[in-house]
Amino acid sequence: AFPKRVKVVEVGPRDGLQNEKNVVPTPVKINLINMLSETGLPVIEATSFVSPKWVPQMADHAEVMRGINKLPGISYPVLTPNLKGFQAAVAAGAKEVAIFGAASELFTKKNINCSIDESLERFSEVMTAARAASIPVRGYVSCVLGCPYEGKISTAKVAEVSKKMYSMGCYEISLGDTIGIGTPGSMKEMLTAVMKEVPVGALAVHCHDTYGQALANILVALQMGVSVVDASVAGLGGCPYAQGASGNVATEDLVYMLNGLGIHTGVDLQKLMDTGTFICNALNRRTNSKVSQASCRL
Amino acid sequence: MGTVPSALKHCLSYQHLLKEQLWIGEPAAPPPPAAPYPGQESQESGLPEYIKIVEVGPRDGLQNEKVIIPTDIKIELINRLSKTGLPAIEVTSFVSSKRVPQMADHKEVMRGIERHPGVQYPVLTPNLQGFHSAIAAGATEVSVFGAASESFSKMNINCSIEESIGKFEEVAKSARNMNIPVRGYVSCALGCPYEGKITPAKVAEVSKRLYSMGCYEISLGDTIGVGTPGSMKRMLEAVMKEIPLSALAVHCHDTYGQALANILTAIQMGVAVVDSSVAGLGGCPYARGATGNVATEDVIYMLNGLGINTGVNLYTVMEAGNFICTALNKKTNSKVAQASFNTGTIS
Repeated sequence: AFPKRVKVVEVGPRDGLQNEKNVVPTPVKINLINMLSETGLPVIEATSFVSPKWVPQMADHAEVMRGINKLPGISYPVLTPNLKGFQAAVAAGAKEVAIFGAASELFTKKNINCSIDESLERFSEVMTAARAASIPVRGYVSCVLGCPYEGKISTAKVAEVSKKMYSMGCYEISLGDTIGIGTPGSMKEMLTAVMKEVPVGALAVHCHDTYGQALANILVALQMGVSVVDASVAGLGGCPYAQGASGNVATEDLVYMLNGLGIHTGVDLQKLMDTGTFICNALNRRTNSKVSQASCRL
Repeated sequence: MGTVPSALKHCLSYQHLLKEQLWIGEPAAPPPPAAPYPGQESQESGLPEYIKIVEVGPRDGLQNEKVIIPTDIKIELINRLSKTGLPAIEVTSFVSSKRVPQMADHKEVMRGIERHPGVQYPVLTPNLQGFHSAIAAGATEVSVFGAASESFSKMNINCSIEESIGKFEEVAKSARNMNIPVRGYVSCALGCPYEGKITPAKVAEVSKRLYSMGCYEISLGDTIGVGTPGSMKRMLEAVMKEIPLSALAVHCHDTYGQALANILTAIQMGVAVVDSSVAGLGGCPYARGATGNVATEDVIYMLNGLGINTGVNLYTVMEAGNFICTALNKKTNSKVAQASFNTGTIS
């Protein structure tokens, strides 16, 4: 059967905004995160401490981190690709960080210009510092159901990288279908392999809706016992590998499904939709959430 | 995810990836005979080995599009769909042109299309008059549309459920005399735009009436797309007590993005017939600007990924979708098509 509760990890302000064409000013980002904090979401990924040369959309990371309301009971993790980023994050008040691995050598090379093993070495520096500061670290594994460069990814590789990151000390591993190419078939196979190495309670799924498969893939993950799901308000964040295609699954649509299944999330769908409306206006774009589209009597 | 160089827009290997995927290529074995028989779920996963896709784009799709397209374009669309491997294509509707102007050319369309062997071309016939007209135009299969909601029945066809069943029985009787198969639809199976919640018991009751009168298949429609895997399961459990699984189909709308998850739930319960619409044609008349039918391309992509045989070549469906969207001057509602066509030519 299904888990009774699901933790929804909101990645809109980071993964979403990072992959949007239009950049929004710092006050808008802060307002977005503050609005999300009122919806009942337990985790909101706030920003990314990477070099502004690489990711200009996240250049204001320190201001955002310092500017947001931090409500008790809500986590505001930030991305930290290396020790430098980690230190900057902590200095700006971060209490949780995230590191990004991949199940594909070619993707890692193209993305951060090193091998998977080298990337894990970099992360181990972050892990050591995080442990010393009692800061929890979440691990992401990209390309778990396919890679834009390598194509098919073996489930064994996904399990291997996940295991390494879990053993390093990540409290949770978020498995990302980076190009949305997975289906319930490949999701099931991949999770079966990973669940041999990492306890299901430490697993999350991060599905992209590029091929419309996200909710079906998430359904299968839930059926297998996964109880943490990443999503992005209004489905913010297109796919960098397929021009014009969508990326992240919309939080509204996910919550609608979970509500229908009687699964507790603690999230107020109406407040969430209002937040989506706000950020879409600011970005001057239509929502990617079908629930929002349907509920809006134009 | 991660730090993606913003310059990256096209990726040669991505094209290569698309070709490697199961879905690019010829259909597997030719489809087995029309009705899947019970016990066909011999896949390890417990899912059906074969799923029949009923393409409703030319009827349900076009009927709910703002732009009315010329007869020759409709015929071209149906002819293209006939070459994709789709086993059933709902062609048109023999209703009064006053009520449904988009389907006014039903006779011309019926007479004008190519009829491929092994492909069914059902048409809607709301009453005996429509039925006779359909037969005269060459139809060899018809459909009747019931609803699980009194209010919807009243608003849609201006009579109660009981009265509508009476009309359908006349059609079913004539059809039986002529050996014409009849498919039954039940609208509002997971919710009604007027009544809201619909009880599974009511859906089961109406389905049973249609099945008893001789409909060979009952297509359960989530007319406003409000259903979720939870309500889909409960509804199917109730209906499956009255109707054999092999006679059931699901017709899911994607208005709330739930269609594929709902379809997956249905096929996990053994349903082996799924309705869909090329390019996701057909918006929702009850939620302005919202989407309606689930896109055939996206359904096939999922079924291919599950190793389920459909006999349909996804690529040719995408091409047909591209054709009709160009004619309608609109963007596709299929995410698979969006993701594929926007990366440039597929060669």
